[in-house]
Amino acid sequence: MRFLFKTDYEDDIKLFPHSGYVVTYGVLLALLLIAPHVLSSYLMSQLVFVCIYAIVGVALLILTGFTGQASLGHAAFLAIGAYTAAYLQKYNVPFPVYFLAAGLLTGIIGAMVGFPALRLTGIYLVIATISFALIVEEILARWESVTHGNEGMRVKTLSLLGVAVPRDSPTFYYLCLAVLVLTIVGTLNLLRSPTGRAFVAIRDSETAARSMGVNVALYKVKSFAISAAITGFAGVLFAHKLSFISPEMFTLQLSIEFIIVILIGGTFSLHGAVLGAIFIVMIDPFLTYLKDDMPGIIAGIAATFGAGAATAGNIEAKVAAFASLNGLKGAIYGIIIVLFVLFEPLGLYGRWLKIKLFFQLFPLYKRATFKRQKIYVKSERNR
Amino acid sequence: MSYFRAENLSLHFGGLKAVDAVSFAVEKGEILSIIGPNGAGKSSIFNLISRIYRPTSGRIFFEDQDITEQPPYDIAKLGIARTFQNIELFENATVLSNLLVGRHRHSTTQLWQELLFLPSVRANEKVHRRRVEQVIEFLDLEPYRDKLISGLPYGVRKVIELARALCSEPKLILLDEPSSGLNVEETGDMSFWIRDMRTELGITVLMVEHDMSLVNRVSDRVIALNYGRVLAMGSPAEVQQHPDVVAAYLGA
Repeated sequence: MRFLFKTDYEDDIKLFPHSGYVVTYGVLLALLLIAPHVLSSYLMSQLVFVCIYAIVGVALLILTGFTGQASLGHAAFLAIGAYTAAYLQKYNVPFPVYFLAAGLLTGIIGAMVGFPALRLTGIYLVIATISFALIVEEILARWESVTHGNEGMRVKTLSLLGVAVPRDSPTFYYLCLAVLVLTIVGTLNLLRSPTGRAFVAIRDSETAARSMGVNVALYKVKSFAISAAITGFAGVLFAHKLSFISPEMFTLQLSIEFIIVILIGGTFSLHGAVLGAIFIVMIDPFLTYLKDDMPGIIAGIAATFGAGAATAGNIEAKVAAFASLNGLKGAIYGIIIVLFVLFEPLGLYGRWLKIKLFFQLFPLYKRATFKRQKIYVKSERNR
Repeated sequence: MSYFRAENLSLHFGGLKAVDAVSFAVEKGEILSIIGPNGAGKSSIFNLISRIYRPTSGRIFFEDQDITEQPPYDIAKLGIARTFQNIELFENATVLSNLLVGRHRHSTTQLWQELLFLPSVRANEKVHRRRVEQVIEFLDLEPYRDKLISGLPYGVRKVIELARALCSEPKLILLDEPSSGLNVEETGDMSFWIRDMRTELGITVLMVEHDMSLVNRVSDRVIALNYGRVLAMGSPAEVQQHPDVVAAYLGA
């Protein structure tokens, strides 16, 4: 176990508390940089989606994880970013300009959503953000002069400084990775400055934050704006990756996926956004795999236990019919969320910390170490 | 003119008069205690001063400035800090970041500077950190710097709340029952700290307290309230012998 001896106030501020972090993240970055030369094109494509989901995850963490304002409207912010890019592209606006414009516009709309949300907390805020998402979805479908309605919009190949960057090229992956890394570094910077601490203060006690001089309304709006702007940036990348966007891609289902990203990853640390993104992107091919192979496997097991060929075929057909039921994916997502909330509220990153601590303290690890303590009831009347 | 002044302060919830035409003044460098039975309106007065409640009528002045209409977050900026009766700390943050929130009123950096963590932000952070360290030293909180609030015992939380208020370098501090839930030894420490706050840091103290031994040890003056009205005002001994106060506590 490592003991940190802090000798300077700088030790409390720096991003990497000790050399171990530099090595770990250095190796990770090196692996990510050589990935295009090693992994198959399918896995590279999945990795790009991991980056995009992780960017949205970080954005959602700022708002939900650190400021405590739940949102089920992030698919709408993603859509606004994506459509801004697709629209501006028609007028031959260069990539850096429409990339920034998409972030800026989404940020402004995020702030506008933040204002009515100031008086709402908890479940009411969730409902408000859902309504916002539904409104945006409807606008995208109806405002045909700009969005081409349900026909959708084609997104041209990204061109960066005159060089074409196809959506499955390593350069596009590097671009997504760079945006992700910059987002994470920016967010970490924010979290170690007064603004980030004000966010956390609002999450834990608005009354106390106010009496310490935090303008709660202003910081909530700031949090909404920052979160939306980052999601807007992700939207541009998303549009380019898909090369075609239409309103039915940005449904409530997508917002729920983003919530799953941070719930499963862990809401208390940025690691959670990345782990959750890996989880959500990888679970889809895994479920497809199960759907294709599971009936055969179960029939095989039945056959080894002496079932006749006819019975085995019957079982296979029934399992296959069950696996291709409509809405099964949503149900599986739902079950996963419930299980995580019940048994691992700290998410995958929390689980990783526990495993790490187990080996650091071996054999002294106590199960109660991570138990959440809430003994003293805070006064609700001053809210 | 007095340093801090409340004039005819009233707070009515429908027909209930939680605070009823209370007037008092606090002199600079004074320790003034407000006592009274449960429900007398003591904490309500604090919530009026820190603008959690809007007074039904009456005015509040601080350093000759009318602060009755100031938004709540500006009260801290003027130099009035407070603690809460039922501890309001940021549960899922470390002690250090709790105390750094106390420095919020002194932060001058802009959002874009913070995103890039420019040298100016870094320099400011170090100044904040040094101030926080002074408070940590003042209140003997060294063992807890990196601990999460949610794992700390009540007595320590109480001190951390005081520390957070001190981190904002207030001119006037409002302590809402600083000794509630503390044992005799911790209450003793608290009384030393309250006096040191005045003598070493030059902070004016207004506190609500039930523990009469603490009130007697630290207060210059005492105000007794009952049913939202002032019963008596004066030195601790005078107030305790006042017939109305005795009647309020013991029944007539």
